[in-house]
Amino acid sequence: MADSDIEYDEQDLAAFKDAAVAWFGENTPRDVDFMLPLTFMEVGTDQQFNFLREWQNKVYEAGYLGAHWPKEYGGGGLHPAFQDAATRAMAQARTPIMLNAIGLNWTGPLLLDRGSEEEKQKYIKGILSAETIWCQGFSEPENGSDLGNAQTRAVKDGDDYVINGSKIWTTQGNYADYMILLARTNPDAENKYKGLSFFLAPMKGADVKGGSIETVPIKKLTGEYGFTQTFFTDARISADCLMGAEGEGWLIAMQTLEYERGARAGQAGGHVMMMSDPSDIIRLAREAKLNGKPAIDDPAVQEELVALMTEARSLGLNSRRDKIRPLAQDRPMSLALGSKLASTDFYQRLNAFAITLQGTRAAYYVGDENAHDNGLWQRGYLNSFSATIGGGTSQIQRNIIGEHVLGLPKS
Amino acid sequence: MSAFDNARMAPRIGLSEEQAQLLDIAESFCRDKSPVDKVRALIEEEGGFDAAVWHEIAELGWLGIGVPENYGGIGLGMAELVPLVEHMGRSLMNTPFVPTVLAAQAVLRGGSEAQKEEVLRQIATGAAASLALCEDHADWNLQNLSVTASLQDGQLTLRGKKYLVLHAAAAQFVLASVALDGQAALLLIPADALAGRISREKIIDDTQRAYALDLDGLSLPETALMPTDLAGDALAHIEQAGSLLLAADMCGGAYACIDYTLDYLKTRKQFGKLIGSYQALKHSIVDAHQAYEKARSHLYSAAHIFGEQGEGDMAVHMAKAEAGEAYSFAADRAIQFHGGFGFTYDCDAQLYRRRAIMGCALYGDTRYHRRKIAALMF
Ligand SMILES: Cc1cc2nc3c(=O)[nH]c(=O)nc-3n(C[C@H](O)[C@H](O)[C@H](O)COP(=O)(O)OP(=O)(O)OC[C@H]3O[C@@H](n4cnc5c(N)ncnc54)[C@H](O)[C@@H]3O)c2cc1C
Repeated sequence: MADSDIEYDEQDLAAFKDAAVAWFGENTPRDVDFMLPLTFMEVGTDQQFNFLREWQNKVYEAGYLGAHWPKEYGGGGLHPAFQDAATRAMAQARTPIMLNAIGLNWTGPLLLDRGSEEEKQKYIKGILSAETIWCQGFSEPENGSDLGNAQTRAVKDGDDYVINGSKIWTTQGNYADYMILLARTNPDAENKYKGLSFFLAPMKGADVKGGSIETVPIKKLTGEYGFTQTFFTDARISADCLMGAEGEGWLIAMQTLEYERGARAGQAGGHVMMMSDPSDIIRLAREAKLNGKPAIDDPAVQEELVALMTEARSLGLNSRRDKIRPLAQDRPMSLALGSKLASTDFYQRLNAFAITLQGTRAAYYVGDENAHDNGLWQRGYLNSFSATIGGGTSQIQRNIIGEHVLGLPKS
Repeated sequence: MSAFDNARMAPRIGLSEEQAQLLDIAESFCRDKSPVDKVRALIEEEGGFDAAVWHEIAELGWLGIGVPENYGGIGLGMAELVPLVEHMGRSLMNTPFVPTVLAAQAVLRGGSEAQKEEVLRQIATGAAASLALCEDHADWNLQNLSVTASLQDGQLTLRGKKYLVLHAAAAQFVLASVALDGQAALLLIPADALAGRISREKIIDDTQRAYALDLDGLSLPETALMPTDLAGDALAHIEQAGSLLLAADMCGGAYACIDYTLDYLKTRKQFGKLIGSYQALKHSIVDAHQAYEKARSHLYSAAHIFGEQGEGDMAVHMAKAEAGEAYSFAADRAIQFHGGFGFTYDCDAQLYRRRAIMGCALYGDTRYHRRKIAALMF
């Protein structure tokens, strides 16, 4: 990973930022005539997939993705502040999302931090260019929050591992070339965690040397597609796919989740979720009619809006305060571990509240001419659960904060 | 469309070298000087604070932090007072510090040159002072004034009563807001003019002291009047500065009260398990903690940009609103999570809960500040 201690010139950064703003201003595709996914978890059609893959590739080629990842593996070799600037420019221009989120933000930093030289050479560039798409095989039908109990089996057989079992809620499972896979190599280990291993597993092609890996799309609460159940039947993959050593799976999976939850840095950058801009809700409150008047005229609505805007601002303030050492040391990790819970719950409440501003129009959904903002808020609300459930539910986040930040005993 | 821009702008927060140092010093000072048994002992004393600690605070130069050097102060600003008051809030420390530094701010903004010379130097070296702002109508709007002064032949004559004057009994000066010819005005009243007019009020927060001032018929020389053209601005400044410091006290209190409750959750057992392992308690205290973190971010953002027109005001309103909400929730849960012990005077949870109510009662509660933000935003 590019060293954040390396010096950089403020003027260079300012120039880079201006160039990024200009580039996204010019190149952001507008007037796309089909519905674009709000998050990387909503990629449900080939049209969306192909479009987003091309878009990510274009952004990467322009130098605005992985700008701070090492040059030798395909990154830009710059200070992280440069990628931050590019990511902000991207969000502000409201560009389509970066498709390969699991590669860019979880697998990539994990490989850069603890992968072998070969693994870095093999995977990093494809992650950035969207040539190789990644998915995550952690959750199973019977083991979700209790991830440590995962039962998918990996049995060593000569130079291979043979995988059997099923993963579920696999985002982009049907498109992925590779999966970060958590599987049980030793069912007799002294505890459930120690029996797990971590694989960089191929999903298709000749690298699957035998058996089958089958993905079955699952329809989401939005009516769209985006994740699959993934079945492994005697799937044979090379033993080289094992990351680290047997038994280190839990450790590596936990590190992966830290990237996923934003509690650890190193992500390639780029926005992977189109969060509604909190201030859009003020526009909505001006336009939407409640009891015959603009919703914003209602004092109760105003009070709630102010509370939400205040909360929105606190999300940004929290992450900045986390970098001011004397203001972040009373309870180490508090702000980092608290950010997923704070932001995902916030967006859920924001969208839920937005629906209540619309009077009878609250009833409409995407595609109806009467829907406010073409049902953006309704769809946003339903989608918001992807973030309060995926990546560890809000309840699990509270356990983590309670136990790791506040020092409470395990439940 | 200021709100629209706000959300997109990188939120502003920072910490000066001085703030960082004061944060360190205040933490150990307040912990040493205000352990909870001391807080409880002071509740039993009439004055409610330790004169020796007050003296040390003056020696440390803290009273002069917000006072310019040419008036004998250190010449820093409101931002540097925040870490101090935050730690006073954590330790439930009670002295006339907040009313005194706010009175200094009022004189700084609203006083004549002679008044500044007279008062600021004394405050910087340890004189306590206070503000008489609240009235019978219980309105937070500092411009709503029914206590009046009339000016005749160089004499001011006052009518009415002021309430919730913190530490009035210890103050060597009290600044009172009055209506003079229908306009807001501030009066600088020396302690000796108030003899026999001060009576202690029974307030919800036993760690603090508040007094009613009977100003009816009080006669003062015209020199007590601060320049009337500055009064409006001075009152606006007091509202902002008061809200900021109260937010600091409440953030500190919220932290301490969560900490206090965590200790219990980690030691008390029921059904054979530590009660902190029960999620009904664990998740709720996490929510309290998250609300505290949010409030603290707003606090240090407000301190950082204090005084900036528009943005600075908005940040202070947010800080006070969030601190009030966070402290109230944390202290409310603190009582509940201590069970029967929580219902006792011996349990510290009530100290925090009462102080939170007091903190919301002064300079506006959460709803009041949200309405102010709404007025700025929409
Ligand atoms: C849109 C989306 C995309 C996803 N993508 C992926 C992916 O790409 N790869 C992947 O591996 N997984 C993915 N997931 C799965 C996700 O990580 C799991 O759904 C999640 O961890 C919860 O597991 P579960 O579904 O088995 O629910 P359960 O664990 O069965 O939880 C059910 C309920 O019980 C609560 N609960 C469970 N345990 C506790 C506890 N100890 N204390 C308190 N409450 C508890 C939960 O909060 C929840 O409310 C995705 C999920 C979603 C919604």
